Amino acid sequence: MSATAESNAATKPPVKATAAASRLWGFGVVALLIILGPVVVYPVLLMKVMCFALFAAGFNLLLGFGGLLSFGHAAYFGIGSYVSAYAAKAWGWPPEAAVTAGTAAGALLGVIFGVVAIRRQGIYFAMITLALAQLIYFVCLQVPFTGGEDGLQSVPRGKLLGLVDLSNDLTLYGVVSVVFFLTLLLVSRIVHSPFGHVLRAIRDNEARAISLGYKTVWYRLAVFVLSTVVCALAGAMKAIVFQLASLTDVHWTTSGEVVLMTLVGGMGTLFGPLVGAAVVVAAEFYLASIGSWVQVIEGGIFVACVLGFRAGIVGTLADFGRRSIAARQGASARAAVN
Amino acid sequence: MFAQAPLKSGRGRWETVEVDAILLARGLSKSFRGIQAVDGVNLTVRRGTIHALIGPNGAGKTTCFNLLTKFLNPTKGVITFNGHDITRRSPADVARLGLVRSFQISAVFPQLTVLENVRVALQRKRRDNFAFWRSDRVLKKLDGRAGQLLEEVGLEGQSSHRAADLSYGRKRALELATTLALEPELLLLDEPMAGMAVEEIERTADLIKRSARNRTVLMVEHNLSVVAALSDEITVLARGHVLAEGSYATVSRDERVIASYIGSGHG
Ligand SMILES: Nc1ncnc2c1ncn2[C@@H]1O[C@H](COP(=O)(O)OP(=O)(O)OP(=O)(O)O)[C@@H](O)[C@H]1O
Ligand SMILES: [Mg+2]
Repeated sequence: MSATAESNAATKPPVKATAAASRLWGFGVVALLIILGPVVVYPVLLMKVMCFALFAAGFNLLLGFGGLLSFGHAAYFGIGSYVSAYAAKAWGWPPEAAVTAGTAAGALLGVIFGVVAIRRQGIYFAMITLALAQLIYFVCLQVPFTGGEDGLQSVPRGKLLGLVDLSNDLTLYGVVSVVFFLTLLLVSRIVHSPFGHVLRAIRDNEARAISLGYKTVWYRLAVFVLSTVVCALAGAMKAIVFQLASLTDVHWTTSGEVVLMTLVGGMGTLFGPLVGAAVVVAAEFYLASIGSWVQVIEGGIFVACVLGFRAGIVGTLADFGRRSIAARQGASARAAVN
Repeated sequence: MFAQAPLKSGRGRWETVEVDAILLARGLSKSFRGIQAVDGVNLTVRRGTIHALIGPNGAGKTTCFNLLTKFLNPTKGVITFNGHDITRRSPADVARLGLVRSFQISAVFPQLTVLENVRVALQRKRRDNFAFWRSDRVLKKLDGRAGQLLEEVGLEGQSSHRAADLSYGRKRALELATTLALEPELLLLDEPMAGMAVEEIERTADLIKRSARNRTVLMVEHNLSVVAALSDEITVLARGHVLAEGSYATVSRDERVIASYIGSGHG
């Protein structure tokens, strides 16, 4: 009985089943970390990690699953941040409305810039997204309602749905955690939807996808917009958490940072960007005392990843896991034969 | 210049004899920065036949394929498919009309599993391909048909392997299964057997023959014994021109064909 079960497993490695199971495990670990995290780390720092993790997860939708490298994703993060901060501060909107407004603004910008950029690919796509993001940077620098060099400061956190006061860090932590977790589930669903399958096919071999009759430009545009929506949501939440929207949010270094986070954690993996964001945010926080050396260290991590762990932290671990599963299956197959 | 005469007589024959042509190309030309890769090619593919396009390296066979499937725009010429002018259509549109191609350099989706490769082709006709909120469990319905197609090319044992891990010949087989998944009316195969082992060639030839029962096949192939065994009609291309046309017996006796093959070392 057990022998036949084993040999079945050996002849048909249940790749799908293990993938789904490890995804479930991943979500379990994330949930556990969210619950236990505040015991050891400042909630505000954890919220920063979550905001940047969402930013990286959104970016990874485009890079890891769409195969498109954008060098201008700070534009969507930043617009989300500015609009959310402005709505909360100038119009006195409640946080849920302010964050929604920021996300919607990012989506709108994503549609417009997506239409402009999406016909280009490779380095041209990277250049045009960078150029568009620089345009947004200069607009934010010049227009009066962004507060120029000062940014928008002391943005009120307000009351969620007019009931829950978010000025308490732990309360806000709970709310941010829920939004974070749900958005992560959405990203996972996008990746594992009919759309996600077509997307990966296009990423792998666009000419082949076209020859099968797929109008690939529309898929690329769709994933671009989905990506910008998630990134704008991340920025909008960040503005409420830190009560601040500033030029840093739309600066090109922020675009670079999200590339770094995604590559360090592992592009094209679901949890890689989260790990990458945690590593980068933690490095910046704990090494803040050594000043600009942080950037040198970040650069070092980046080079190490590109040279040593092409697949990033999570990708490398996943490869390792797959190999050991295969080895175990090989062993059990041999056992079943003997 | 010397290719002009047979082309004219050829055109005369097409215009007078009523044939059920699924694909027609007239005066098809493509130049790359002054290099005439395809030059005034006339091609008539009759419905229900296996039509081979042969010729020495660099003759313009792949460029012809790229033009016919609209991956390239012709500099001159007209293409009709089932009587519809497709000269200005997009490659995805052409595929949707039922004219599906394979590639000379093996074209699989390397990061997807073997099963997923075929399934993504089956998925094309679904209406929920933009449904990013829907679970991919709905795609399970396609697994049965995908498994059948994999069986046809002898890949059923490797359905959960990553396509990147297959041998070159097996990738070609997977590509064929993926192409057949679309049930194309006209199948364009660019060297489907390149890189295959002998027994794979036999199986593939058999599969092409079987799948040609209810469709038309246009294929580029260097293996002349396969061409002889499979094709009803042969067009020989050299330096972008049509050199000769007809059955294998006719074409293989043509002096210019022999000369061009010897000249390029094909013997
Ligand atoms: N994109 C391109 N740009 C420039 N020249 C090209 C391009 N594609 C093909 N050519 C040229 O056009 C000519 C025909 O090439 P093509 O690939 O169509 O030949 P082929 O008959 O398929 O040869 P093979 O048997 O080697 O596959 C060659 O001289 C080639 O160098
Ligand atoms: Mg070729």
